[in-house]
Amino acid sequence: MYATSYHRASSVADAVKLQSASDEAKYVSGGMTLIPTMKQRLAAPSDLVDLRHVAEMKGISVNGSRVRIGAATTHYEVSSSAELKAACPAISHLAAHIGDPHVRHMGTIGGSIANNDPAADYPSAMLALGATIITNTREISAGDFFTGLFETALEEGEIVVAVTFDAPAKAGYSKFPNPASRYAMAGVFVTKAGDGSVRVAVTGAGSNGVFRHAGLEAALAANWSADAAAGVDIDATDLLSDLHGSAEYRANLVKVMAKRAVAAA
Amino acid sequence: MGVEGIGARVARKEDKRFLMGQGKYTDDMFVPGMRYAAFVRSPHAHAKIRSIDTSAAEEMPGVIGVLNGKQMLDDGIGNLICGWMIHSKDGSPMKMGAWRPLAHDTVRYVGDAVAVVVADTMGEARDGAEAVVVDYDVLPAVTDAVKALGTGQPQLHPEAPGNLIYDWEIGDGAATDAAIAAAAHVTEMKIVNNRLAPNPMEPRAALGIYDSAEDHYTCYTTSQNPHVARLVMSAFYNVAPENKLRVIAPDVGGGFGSKIYIYPEEIVCLWASKRTGVPVKWTSDRTEAFLTDAHGRDHVSTVKMAFDANNRVTALKVDTIANFGAYMSLFSSAVPTYLYATLLSGQYNFPAIHANVRAVYTNTVAVDAYRGAGRPEATYLLERTMETAARELGVSPAELRRINFIRSFPHQTPVIMNYDAGDYEASLEAAMAAADWAGFPARKAEAAGRGMKRGIGMSCYIEACGIAPSAAVGSLGAGVGLWESAEVRVNAVGTVEVLTGSHSHGQGHETTFAQLVADRFGVPLDSVSIVHGDTDKVQMGMGTYGSRSGAVGMSAVVKALDKVEAKAKKIAAHLMEADESDIVIENGALKVAGTDKSVPWFQMALAAYTAHNLPSGMEPGLKEGAFYDPANFTFPAGCYIAEVEIDPETGKTKIVQFVAADDFGNIINPMIVEGQVHGGIAQGIGQALLEGVHYDPETGQLLTASYMDYTMPRADDLPSFQVSHQVTPCPNNPLGIKGCGEAGAIGSPPALMNAITDAIGNNDLTMPATPQKVWAAARAATN
Ligand SMILES: Cc1cc2nc3c(=O)[nH]c(=O)nc-3n(C[C@H](O)[C@H](O)[C@H](O)COP(=O)(O)OP(=O)(O)OC[C@H]3O[C@@H](n4cnc5c(N)ncnc54)[C@H](O)[C@@H]3O)c2cc1C
Repeated sequence: MYATSYHRASSVADAVKLQSASDEAKYVSGGMTLIPTMKQRLAAPSDLVDLRHVAEMKGISVNGSRVRIGAATTHYEVSSSAELKAACPAISHLAAHIGDPHVRHMGTIGGSIANNDPAADYPSAMLALGATIITNTREISAGDFFTGLFETALEEGEIVVAVTFDAPAKAGYSKFPNPASRYAMAGVFVTKAGDGSVRVAVTGAGSNGVFRHAGLEAALAANWSADAAAGVDIDATDLLSDLHGSAEYRANLVKVMAKRAVAAA
Repeated sequence: MGVEGIGARVARKEDKRFLMGQGKYTDDMFVPGMRYAAFVRSPHAHAKIRSIDTSAAEEMPGVIGVLNGKQMLDDGIGNLICGWMIHSKDGSPMKMGAWRPLAHDTVRYVGDAVAVVVADTMGEARDGAEAVVVDYDVLPAVTDAVKALGTGQPQLHPEAPGNLIYDWEIGDGAATDAAIAAAAHVTEMKIVNNRLAPNPMEPRAALGIYDSAEDHYTCYTTSQNPHVARLVMSAFYNVAPENKLRVIAPDVGGGFGSKIYIYPEEIVCLWASKRTGVPVKWTSDRTEAFLTDAHGRDHVSTVKMAFDANNRVTALKVDTIANFGAYMSLFSSAVPTYLYATLLSGQYNFPAIHANVRAVYTNTVAVDAYRGAGRPEATYLLERTMETAARELGVSPAELRRINFIRSFPHQTPVIMNYDAGDYEASLEAAMAAADWAGFPARKAEAAGRGMKRGIGMSCYIEACGIAPSAAVGSLGAGVGLWESAEVRVNAVGTVEVLTGSHSHGQGHETTFAQLVADRFGVPLDSVSIVHGDTDKVQMGMGTYGSRSGAVGMSAVVKALDKVEAKAKKIAAHLMEADESDIVIENGALKVAGTDKSVPWFQMALAAYTAHNLPSGMEPGLKEGAFYDPANFTFPAGCYIAEVEIDPETGKTKIVQFVAADDFGNIINPMIVEGQVHGGIAQGIGQALLEGVHYDPETGQLLTASYMDYTMPRADDLPSFQVSHQVTPCPNNPLGIKGCGEAGAIGSPPALMNAITDAIGNNDLTMPATPQKVWAAARAATN
């Protein structure tokens, strides 16, 4: 690791000020992605601005079906919140299967979506839940937020403060972990809203990051069942191929995980 | 046995310091003035070094020295060597290319060291290493051994045309071919043994300390055999004469073979300490470990197994290509020859065997012994083929094995080994009973009802441990003898120190070796200390690998204990005015049998040291040494059964039960033996289902250089193991023990692959059987 200076932000405004004071400053939340990258000398921020102690970025609130999760909320908190488990158990289930206990107690939802790893779990939930990403300057719909591999709509210095969404009538998440990293080889988040509209988001499998699957959405809107998902042809053309799984294998996993997500919803 | 003696489940004495985080590893050593080394490593798999510009690095903050390979050459530091001479079948010696500790001319794998930076802090050393500018002329690379043998491939070493190191054979080729021609059935297979990274929990480290006043060097290092390290560094690398070089291997956090070898880094730290005038420490990070620790396995073989009309084996013919990586590591040449092909008879009565082995250079890190070393490769090849033959012949796998078991001992195989004792059927029976083999069809049907494909597979392994009879291995090309040494010191107060030339890096010597003493003299385990790992404290020894510490290392201790016991009895007899032959040792006292006369152990010891009243002519003191050279290898054997369930939708394998029935001969501490078996099976499961090193075939970049891509087995990948022991004592050593350190890793991969291929009905599957591969193979079987 290169030498760096640590700052603890007390508010969102303070964080922005600290970050803008240097050209090479970076926000740090759980540090579960950023710190290993720094240890490998692949990132060299001059300053780290810690967001974990900003009160307005912490905590989970559920108002009727309206859910707000502060960006600095850890995966463990999302997995264990009784309110959230009642409103949207699928997202708690998702959080409970990220990494290991250490990672879940440090890593945050804001850090995860800001990082937008193509194999991370949360981005699929955000897309399928039609979540809104609230930053220090604006609100961005999830559909506009995730723009590519490790790419988001965030501007330089912009902070994810919270995410909000309406808890759907039904939601399910199923993930096939990469045997080595345990990130998603294919993770499928399905939701069915009160009005019957269906969203299906896929992570881990797309060569351009998280995406919605129109074919699965149409089939499940017509018939919300595992069998309906099983009948959908998954095109492997734009899927990832790597050491752990070919595009063809991932296409199969997308279908199987979609079936299981519907069954779990 | 007593509560602390031979056969007792004594908790490990060393665990307290390990569990409390108070172990003392090489990286825990701090000496005054110590600085840190970082290596500049080749980012290319194959390149000529045009120039190395160190000027910017030398100006970096904290940097006190930047050293390169030319300087090392100027200082007369020698090439790294392979210490086992193999001759090709045409009689020519193996073709060893030069391995420089710091490459000055050509780099041959990603990670090859080209320079070292010494600085005040580790961070500054790394900054300095990044500032060294190496101008490379990149050459084409080859990573696959089969491909490297072909025409028009990149050539690694001028000494080895066609990248061929040796072309070796064993056994009777003509008899084997004749038996195959006459066979009723021949099973043919292509067998790939996947390449593995050893991954000890503690990465390698070295601390070199040069004392200019004494012209003396001290090396702390993560070694499984500090004396061998000292011998090699002085005799071949020209670092310093043995009396001027002390090697200390303190607590070492696992090795699995990878810490047998002498690597460039420890030599460089010693040399750099003299060059810079400060102690120099280097600690590998995990990525460096993946890049530079010697890998294991990586064989591609074809095999023919011939049977007569009664399903008896008549011949085995094997052709193996072994990937050696870019340089010949210390014991590499012995692995696919005398540690592999000599075990190809397995547990079976083969009249004829012939094996041909070609060793090949590629642009990958060196390959050498890794837990099991050659025996896992032999067992995997044999047991996959035996299972396949059973399927082809329509015989049950147990029956085919039973028909062919060796049943009388000693048994001379066609490939050098002379098996001394065993009962293969006993382990087979025990394993099948524990696994409820007979109940499998019902379990399979029940699983099918849940949409799961269930399979069962077995493997009957044999291996050779207790390496090794020195004259025998010498005649086969070994550069060293493989005896072991011990010294037993009884102190004046009766406490006991045992100095052993073997080395514990997780095996539990401090407990099991002490149990021998407690058992013999009835003294408390607490009063016995085991000293190892320091060439200044311990007499010459050969270290720990090849499951040799018990069979060879403990046998040396027994020999020394015999001498101590004899002298102690003489002293006691003299003190009690009794006949020496009437003295027995019980519960910490020396007694005159059949009387109530006794002398406490400590009083006898005190008498030895006061020397006020010793038998006339007896030397004072009570300290005896012994060297033990085994008469033969030992032959642990057993039967493993794996039962798996495959999710056909995803290809994921779940191990639903795993049974190990092992014959390790007599057992000193069953708890430690079970731990060794568990760890070995975990690594075997790793090889079969999870682990595999991948290099990019074009660029030679290591694709599995972290745990993001290299799948280490984790607790939830493993089932609970059912372990049992059958005992046929080894007739060739005083304790009757065979060795248990590697069996788990040897016996388990074929059992798993036999189970998985049984489940999916497709035998065309290579390790690691990842979900993707199993899914594809299962689909191919149903389509
Ligand atoms: C061993 C291990 C296993 C893992 N397994 C999984 C897994 O199975 N599934 C999975 O999804 N993830 C996994 N992760 C990643 C983990 O979830 C991380 O916590 C997450 O990706 C990043 O969150 P963080 O809070 O740690 O962010 P950090 O590492 O602190 O930051 C990541 C990036 O986001 C930026 N950032 C952080 N917070 C904000 C914010 N509020 N606004 C704007 N930018 C911000 C930082 O500047 C940095 O660029 C794993 C990580 C590890 C170490």
